Amino acid sequence: MALALLAVLFAAIYFEAARAEYGDVVINEFSDEAGMRPVVFPHWFHRVRFRCKVCHGDLGFKFEAGGNGINMLKIIDGEYCGACHDGDVAWSIENCDLCHSGIPNTPTQVHHSTVQKLVATPEPAAEAASEGEQ
Amino acid sequence: MTGINMRSLAVLMIAGGLALLAMLLLASLAEAQSDPNRFNRLMKPAAERNAPPPEDGIHDADSPGTHLLQTPREAFDALPDSKSGNYVQWNAAMDEGLIEPRNSLTMVSTPPIVLDLNIVREVKGSMPDVVYPHKQHTQWLDCSNCHPAIFIPQKGANQISMASILLGEKCGVCHGKVAFPVSECRRCHSRPKEQTAAN
Repeated sequence: MALALLAVLFAAIYFEAARAEYGDVVINEFSDEAGMRPVVFPHWFHRVRFRCKVCHGDLGFKFEAGGNGINMLKIIDGEYCGACHDGDVAWSIENCDLCHSGIPNTPTQVHHSTVQKLVATPEPAAEAASEGEQ
Repeated sequence: MTGINMRSLAVLMIAGGLALLAMLLLASLAEAQSDPNRFNRLMKPAAERNAPPPEDGIHDADSPGTHLLQTPREAFDALPDSKSGNYVQWNAAMDEGLIEPRNSLTMVSTPPIVLDLNIVREVKGSMPDVVYPHKQHTQWLDCSNCHPAIFIPQKGANQISMASILLGEKCGVCHGKVAFPVSECRRCHSRPKEQTAAN
């Protein structure tokens, strides 16, 4: 009983705000529409293992969250994430949940970036409304 | 019989007392968090850094995959600390051999082409001049990552301002997103201006 209360109290303190890792990229270009959780790409995990140029040079990833138009077809054809996530270098695509692990409706962003702090990220609902107006 | 009862009662009371104490402590902690006049209200306490994925507010704790992901704290434990970003000195970690990021997709490790050339940019304001080290950048990046799209490789050809960096252009393409943020002023503005008579 006391333990349960403690857990609840801890959770209340913990979930005050999103505080994911610096450089975590949420990619939600097609995921929500397809009924999948958005992708969370952890830069920190990858830079421990690879230099920036491997993905941002050799594999052609642009320095822009959501700017690469990555979809599952490109990945199974060995482009972008698929260059490693092939079951050989890294886990293969049937492990959907490991990449598609974000909270649904989280907009595409570089989490914790200076731009994100200075320029408010539009709420998905507000964005949809403004698109409707145009 | 009564002796055993008394003993179990005492144990229960002590356990209850301890639980109550712990709850009070946590309650005061929660209060301190929400107190508008709390000291260092906006500063992220060390215990909250590098949170495990299910608790980081971005990953969905309801997804089974989230619980299989590595926790940054575990990975960063052996790496040198810094004051911001991931709280890791990535360059030092690589220089000390604590991490060995590959330079290509294949297992064959080809050493990167490192250019040891510092560029000094004299800045207009009172801040110390900027020393840009190609060395640390080429350890991670290829020339073509920055040149010529982000920086024209020619002296005096690039207009850089803190405003554009804050908005994610020029140095801000990486610094403030994945490389150390602009709050670490002195890491770039590192060469003191020469003293002049006017000063």
